[in-house]
Amino acid sequence: MKNKNRIDACFEKLKADGKKALITFVTAGDPDLETTKKLVLKKLECGADIIELGVPFSDPIAEGPTIQKASLRSLNNGTNLDQIFGLVGELREETDAPLLLMMYINTVFKYGTEKFFTNCKKSGIDGVIIPDLPFEERNEVEALSNEYGVYNINLVAPTSHDRVKTIASQSKGFLYCVSSVGVTGTRSTFTTNFDEFFSLINSSASCPACVGFGISNPEQAKKMSQYCDGVIVGSAIVNIIAEYGKKSIDKVGEFVNNLKNAL
Amino acid sequence: MTNSSKGRYGEYGGQYVPETVMNAVLELEEAYSKYKNDKDFKRELTALYKEYAGRPSLLYFAEKMTNDLGGAKIYIKREDLNHTGSHKINNVLGQILLAKKMGKKRIIAETGAGQHGVATATACALFGLECEVYMGAEDMKRQSLNVYRMNLLGAKVTGVSSGTSTLKDAINEAMRDWCTNIETTFYCIGSVMGPHPYPEMVRDFQKIIGEEIKSQLKEKEGKLPDCVVACVGGGSNAMGAFYDFINDKSVRLVGAEAAGRGIDTPEHAATITKGSLGIFHGMKSLFLQNEYGQIDPVYSISAGLDYPGIGPEHAYLNSIGRAEYVDITDEEAVCAFEYLSKTEGIIPAIESAHAVAAALKIAPDMPKDSILVINLSGRGDKDVYSIARYRGVDLVEE
Repeated sequence: MKNKNRIDACFEKLKADGKKALITFVTAGDPDLETTKKLVLKKLECGADIIELGVPFSDPIAEGPTIQKASLRSLNNGTNLDQIFGLVGELREETDAPLLLMMYINTVFKYGTEKFFTNCKKSGIDGVIIPDLPFEERNEVEALSNEYGVYNINLVAPTSHDRVKTIASQSKGFLYCVSSVGVTGTRSTFTTNFDEFFSLINSSASCPACVGFGISNPEQAKKMSQYCDGVIVGSAIVNIIAEYGKKSIDKVGEFVNNLKNAL
Repeated sequence: MTNSSKGRYGEYGGQYVPETVMNAVLELEEAYSKYKNDKDFKRELTALYKEYAGRPSLLYFAEKMTNDLGGAKIYIKREDLNHTGSHKINNVLGQILLAKKMGKKRIIAETGAGQHGVATATACALFGLECEVYMGAEDMKRQSLNVYRMNLLGAKVTGVSSGTSTLKDAINEAMRDWCTNIETTFYCIGSVMGPHPYPEMVRDFQKIIGEEIKSQLKEKEGKLPDCVVACVGGGSNAMGAFYDFINDKSVRLVGAEAAGRGIDTPEHAATITKGSLGIFHGMKSLFLQNEYGQIDPVYSISAGLDYPGIGPEHAYLNSIGRAEYVDITDEEAVCAFEYLSKTEGIIPAIESAHAVAAALKIAPDMPKDSILVINLSGRGDKDVYSIARYRGVDLVEE
């Protein structure tokens, strides 16, 4: 008998409380792993519900300049996946919040897919987001993700059109809805027709739907959360870390607190 | 675990791209399968090859080189004589014609040496399409002549200074542009790489090289070659030269990879020799990478071979032993560059000089009645400055 995935438990509780999820991203090892640990705990304390830890990659093709630079800062510090599993293990001793890894497929594949999911399970990872693994190639991880109970989070984009239904109806944990075309990074405006996009998503999704890419302030978070079950904020937080480094913890906490209050 | 997805060569290939571009990839796949057997499309493309690119390219008997080496008869497939100076035009004309049929208004491309960028800029000028070419900042320095050529042709060249500022980084940035401008933009990939259908489509647009070699040699010698040699970065000219011979098992197929300063140093781009299985730039193939899957910075004197991966069909041909891949260092390539210039009066591209260098090693041991074909993928005018620099000569034009 498998234990319930923490992502499911988290969304059930949020639903019961009538609340939206706040999912926040941070690149592991930027500026160093010790600071990452403090940042994660601070974010949870300030209202984040789910944490996405970015695994740095040399060539992050889905990222804008903010996360590209964070990735590079982390790699220059020598961060690797084994150390990140170590960090997850330490965090797991202090929190029951869902922890996810956001990473590129080569990092999973080269590490060894079975070894990867074994270590996810062992350290306490609840899901993985792999932006360059589309639905058609899910067999790369599907069987092991199911076996170890670590969700492979599906993504849909405004360009997915009639693929939305197929993908949304076969998703677990939550569905990652990409707010607009392009790479990650803050945006001042969105051009996507959200009513249309989310009516398609919400009518077919087999799990909660959360929106990310470009959400950079509490006002946007509030507006976007009306369409779905939660919001994902990444680059706006990474920008604070880029500016303040090890001294960013309180500033990130304050920002997360403002986001949470807006939801 | 089984890979059931499309575009597979054994376990290699696939479609590993972000969801945002997935529909564009499927749309391209559909358009390509519709037009590849369309009579009008084929007629238009054949006319462009003939009237604009100057096909068929010559198959030249290199008599002096043959006598000098004392082994196989050497023929040179003169892709360097194509319009724009390399084989890249074959693929670009096909893709841009397809883009036009699909109603796309904007074309993006990546380029290493600049040959694919120049070919793309040329075809966009011809078809009246907007063109933006991504090029590593380091490569823009090495190939400033080609940057200026692209500008003359009306293209915008955008420098990329992330990573090693070379071809890999240019591809990353082109992919990011594609994610952003997906509805209007056609990504014209320059090699047999990336997500399906690119490896297959680019190979199909290049396979005319091998088909011509076969028919031209039949006319001249009445038989098949014994060996075909081509340089390999991503692998498009080699795939084009090899493809029509894959089922002719007597024909030895040899790819020449860039060994840079040596495969025992970190400064090379010998993907087949030193790479391992990975998933990157849309495909499962061999890559130069570390134990955690971080892509290695690679190096070659040749900007066109300076890439940490290889097309999936090459990885497959290597895995089944149908093609073999050899390493050629900078020094060997530069010597071959000078050798072909002096011996035959043909200045090869530094990329193609890697194939010449491989032929210099292989041909002497082959019997006198055997035939070796070198695919000379491009001409070397663009490389004169960097070869001079390599030899310690500083060229300054007044």
